[in-house]
This record gives sequence, C-alpha cells and structure tokens, in this order.
Amino acid sequence: MTDFIQLAIFLSALILLTPLLGRYMAKVFLGERNALSPIFHGFETFLYKLSGIDQEKQMNWKSYALNLLLFNLLGFVVLFLLLLFQQYLPLNPQNVPGLSWHLALNTAISFVTNTNWQSYSGESSLSYLVQMAGLTVQNFVSAGTGIAVLIAVMRGLSNRSSSQLGNFWVDLHRSVLYVLIPLSIFLAIILSGQGVIQNFSPYQKAITLDGKQQLIPAGPVASQVAIKQLGTNGGGYFGTNSAHPFENPTPFSNFLQVLAILLIPASLTFTYGRFAGSNRQGWTLFITMMMLFLIGLGLSYYSETGINPLTGIAGSMEGKETRIGLFNSILWSVSTSCASNGSVNAMMDSLSPLSGMIALFNIMLGEVIFGGVGAGLYGMVIFILLTVFIAGLMVGRTPEYLGKKIEAFEIKMSILAILAPCIIILLFSAFAAVTPWGLNSIGNKGPHGLTQILYAFSSAAGNNGSAFAGLTTDTPFFNVSLGFAMLIGRFGIILPVLAIAGSMSAKKRTPPSKGTFRTDNWLFIILLIAVILIVGGLTFFPALALGPIADHLLIGSGISF
Amino acid sequence: MKNIIISLRVLLAMTILTGLLYPALITSFAQIFFSRKANGSLVYVNGKLSGSELIGQNFSDSTYFFPRPSACDFNTVPGGASNLGPGNKKLIGDIQASKARFLKVNGLDSLTVVPNEMLFASASGLDPDISLKSALLQCNRVAGMRKFSSTQKKELISMVNNLASPPQFSLFGETTVNVFKLNLELNKFDSHE
Repeated sequence: MTDFIQLAIFLSALILLTPLLGRYMAKVFLGERNALSPIFHGFETFLYKLSGIDQEKQMNWKSYALNLLLFNLLGFVVLFLLLLFQQYLPLNPQNVPGLSWHLALNTAISFVTNTNWQSYSGESSLSYLVQMAGLTVQNFVSAGTGIAVLIAVMRGLSNRSSSQLGNFWVDLHRSVLYVLIPLSIFLAIILSGQGVIQNFSPYQKAITLDGKQQLIPAGPVASQVAIKQLGTNGGGYFGTNSAHPFENPTPFSNFLQVLAILLIPASLTFTYGRFAGSNRQGWTLFITMMMLFLIGLGLSYYSETGINPLTGIAGSMEGKETRIGLFNSILWSVSTSCASNGSVNAMMDSLSPLSGMIALFNIMLGEVIFGGVGAGLYGMVIFILLTVFIAGLMVGRTPEYLGKKIEAFEIKMSILAILAPCIIILLFSAFAAVTPWGLNSIGNKGPHGLTQILYAFSSAAGNNGSAFAGLTTDTPFFNVSLGFAMLIGRFGIILPVLAIAGSMSAKKRTPPSKGTFRTDNWLFIILLIAVILIVGGLTFFPALALGPIADHLLIGSGISF
Repeated sequence: MKNIIISLRVLLAMTILTGLLYPALITSFAQIFFSRKANGSLVYVNGKLSGSELIGQNFSDSTYFFPRPSACDFNTVPGGASNLGPGNKKLIGDIQASKARFLKVNGLDSLTVVPNEMLFASASGLDPDISLKSALLQCNRVAGMRKFSSTQKKELISMVNNLASPPQFSLFGETTVNVFKLNLELNKFDSHE
C-alpha cells in the first residue's frame, strides 16, 4: 500500500511538473522572454561576447554538427589530460595518482558522451579538482549538448523551407544557463539539507565505538549529485553511486533524485509539442513513454517481490539499502535505465533475473522511454519516422510527419541511427563472451555472466552508464572497447539525427488534410509502441534468451552456479 | 580555426562557471546553513571523532547491536556490494551463514523469521540502518551481555522503539533504526545506571 502511495506521488509530481518546466523551456529555446531572463539575459550576452560568438548566426546541419563535434572533442582532450595528470594539480588532499591511460580514456569518453560509465570508484581514485572542474563540467555540457541536438531537430521539423537549424552555441548556453544551472542549484541545496556532504576537507580518521579505525570520506558531493541526476549523466561521486549514504542519505533525498532523473526528459515532450505547434503532439509522446515505463515498472516489481526458489526468500535485499527499501530500488532501476541516466541506488547485478532484464531491455530499446536529456526524444523521433513510414506503406500513401514528407534519405538515416548501437552491442558482447579478455572479468557464472557482458555493452552503447558491477571492467580490453561503444552510441546517432533535421527543415510544410495520417491519437500511440517493441525485441531477443531468461528458468528449476 | 578558438573559450567559461563557481556557491551555502550535515554528520565522543551518523560501522563486539552484512567490511575507501547474482552459490551460502549466525548469537530458535536485510549484504556496504524488528530481536542478547536487570531491559526495548525513524513525512521509505546512533545511546544508557 505504501508502495502504491509513493508511486502515486511520484507520477503526480512528474505529470504536474511536465507542462510547467516544458512551457518554460519552450520559451527559453524559442528565445522568448522568460522568468529568468531578468537574471541571465545580460550574463548570456556577456558570455557570447567573451567567447566571440555571433548569436544571430544561423547554422545548417553540417555546421551545427561540426561545432558540436569540435566542442566535444576538445572537452574529451582536456578531461583526458586532467585524469592522467591529477597528481600534479591542486585540490587533491588524498594524493591520489593519475589514472592509467586506458582508464583515463574510458572515463573521458564516458563523461563527454553523457554516459558516465565508471570503471573506477571516485572516493579512492579521483581528486576534488577532477570531480569538479573535469566531471561536473562535462555533466553540464554533455547534457547541454543533448538538449541542443533535440532543439535543432525540433526546429528542423517545424521550420518552413529553411536549411537553418539555429546556433549550436546559443542552444548550448541556454540549456546550461537557463535550465541546468538553476535546477541544479535548487536540488543541490535541498540535498545538502538532507545530509549529502559538500566540503573540501581531507578524509578524517575515526575510531569507531568498538575501537576500529574507519576513514570518513569527504568532498563536494551535493553539487555533483544534483547535476548527475538532472542531466541524466548518472556518474556517482562515490563508486556505489546513490546507494552511498553520503550521496543519498534519506528517503526524501531518494525521492527527489529519482524524480530528477525523469524531470527534464519528461518535460521536453511538452516543449516538443510547443515547437510542433500542438500540445497534443507532445502529450502523445508523453503518454507513449509513460505506458512503456509503467509496463516495465510493473513487471520489474512483480519479479523482484517474488520468491527466489533457491533460497525460499521473497523480496531479496542483496545490494539494496534499508532506508531506501525494495520499491524505491525498483522504481529507480526502471527510471535510470529508461532515462539513460545510469545512476543506481541498488546493485543491478543482484536483482532478480527478470528485473535485471527489464533494465537491460529499457536500454536496448535505445532509451527512448523518456530517455536522456534531449537524447531520449531525438531517439524517439527516429521511431516516430519509422512508424509513420510503416503506416504509410500499409495504406499506400506518402508518409508525412508534421506536414513534411518523409522520403528515402530520412529512412536511411533512421535505420543507421537504430542499427549502429545494436551492431556494437551484439558484436562486442559476442566477442567478449568467447575470449579470455571478456571471460576473465565475469563475476557470476552461468547465464548471469553473459548478462553481465551484454549489460556492459548495452549500457555503453546506450550512453547509460549503469552496470552489472560484478564484471571487472578496469582492464585495457573493456576500457577501450566500451569507450568505442560509447562514441558510436553517441555520435553514431547524433550525426544521422542532425542530417534528418537538416533535410526535413528544407522541406515544404503542407497543411493537414482529411487524408493526413494523424500522429496525435491512440492509434498512433499503439503503433509507435509496437514499432519500438518489435524493433527492440527482434534484435535482442536471442541474446536475452541466452542471458536473463535462461537465468530465470534455471533458478526456477533449482539450479545454482 | 575560428571554431576551435570559440570551442576553447566556451569550454573555459563553462569550466569556471559550472566547475568552480557552481560548486563554490553550493559549498558556501551548505556550510553556512547546514554546516553539520555538509561536513558528514560527524559524531564526536569525548572530543574524539567516532564516526558519521550516516556511515555504518562494523560492530562485532556482542555487547552492541549488530549492523547488516557488508561485502566490504564497512571499509569506506571504496565501499562496495557483493554484486552476486540471485543464482550464485556463494550468495546462497552467505545467506544461510548470516541466518545461522544471527539466530545463534542472539539465542533465537530456528523458527524465528530473520528480517531480510540481516541476511543480505547492502548496496553501499555502509548501510547504517536495520529494520526495527531486527533491532528488537537483538535486545535480549545485548541486555544479557551487559547484565541488565529486567526493568533495564524494558527500558532498553522502549529506547529502541523511540529511536526508530518512521517513513519520512509518513510517506517515503521504510521504518529504520540507525545502528550507530542506537549503540551510542546504549553506551550512554549503560553509563547512567
């Protein structure tokens, strides 16, 4: 019963905040006057002047993509160097050494691509300077990059015969200044009031009550946790992420953090409706996502509360925290995997096989169920185009979306964006599953070991970042291959999506007629869900059958490993 | 080339803004308004640092209440979980061992239902809490080890009940007892008698 009430509060908060924040973001990105203009407008103009940005300059998709790539490449190089040489830099009271080249490579790619896959534990491997000036910065700008791409796509869909998608720098600045920073300040302050630490002290030695030594970690945690949740980054300050009591100390801090995972992605559906000129278009996507979310949540909860036949115990607490409890652990695991966030408050590896599979499947679907900030919705646009295309084939009409014709080029690019991460996940997992480089890292035998590998590559290619953490991934093989998967999963989608935006932008917009296939009703929602599940399901079903499904069946017949 | 220079400048501005000013702002605010919490909710006993309210400690002396099993033995740098899958033989063995140990050390009969969190290792390895029921099941043993009279034992039980924190705002989370706080109170209680 209390679980149900908590779910009801969570969903109500999300549904109420979606139009509020969504309308605000629409104003921000349409360049209209908004609630925070009086505070930030002058500062925004000042930053443009400082960086030499001409904010009136419009970019076509190639120029937009080029600037985006350059900025991300530079971010990668700087972060890579910070990680390699942190021992020579200030704010390192624990004197942690620089990372190995492959771990630094993996971590730098990970934060630039908004993945935040972590092959290290922050409390023992990173200095305060790197956590702040390296990771926190990328948390903001990688999230800003995702939002910027979405804004460009929305312009492309709503423009009338123009090849201009806006200005990357302006979109980036606006998302960071008007959306991410204010929300992060708000959240970080409340979190520190709940007990999330925020200081620059060195770790302190304590003598516990029964005379043992314990080191009490420290650091600027609240500021990083706020943006890691809001920006769907997910990289924990500590290795155990939001399971750590200093990162997530109370049930209320937990509620705010899990709400923060979905807040911006959900609100962007409303912003989308504004750009499309019809709130219904936005709510259609919100409902589609919410239905997929609730189906996953229901299955995951049902599986996790069930009895494990091997132990006879219902509701395993392995890898879960007492103050958070089972329901909130499951709510989080579903939210974090839907949203490409990747933070955890319970260990995915110890979930029941089907609950783990739901998380894995959410990622494999391309994280379009709310999804990463920006990334979720531009991924959804791909599925929308496919759905409209398929529906068009069925009735023999030229497919149209928002009054624009969908042609061969858009479909080619859509297929490219869908296939790129799928190929990476399956090929790399297969390779790791038959070589000692992969097999030596497995922490659980049997089909669960395969699930660990599949999850790692899905998480990387999906830019999620959560893990079945029993897999030892701080090895040259995994650091490099997962790094590559993250790059393909990010830019292998951003580039085709921007190309689609550019091509759609240049097309004429025809007013809807009687024969127009509607994309804002229940029929469309059902078709869209079917396309998402069929594309995701068919691609990955064989792999899932060998991993989590086999795991479930074997445990059910009393076999352990 | 012009694009590279803009990229560099934007990255620098963003680093200063989000990497330095933003954490500095949050730190100043937290240090002014929530100073104790921002520094880790530290607990001092006789002027010496004894730990943090939020970080579990490894109580193995049987005059104390015991915490949950921890895969990292309550080591904080780094903390960690077992990451054992639900079909892992080691997990099944660990559960049986935890159950047997809990029943034996607390002198409970084998039919007693041991709350789940005492059988399974936590996610952070540093879980400071246990359920109220797990704390109450340990009262007999703690009272016995500390040679409490029957009235003292009753007081101990009401102390445990008082220390239990119900769901936050009556809505979020579970009813829990913080083992470190409980043992601190236990020491105070014991020295008063």
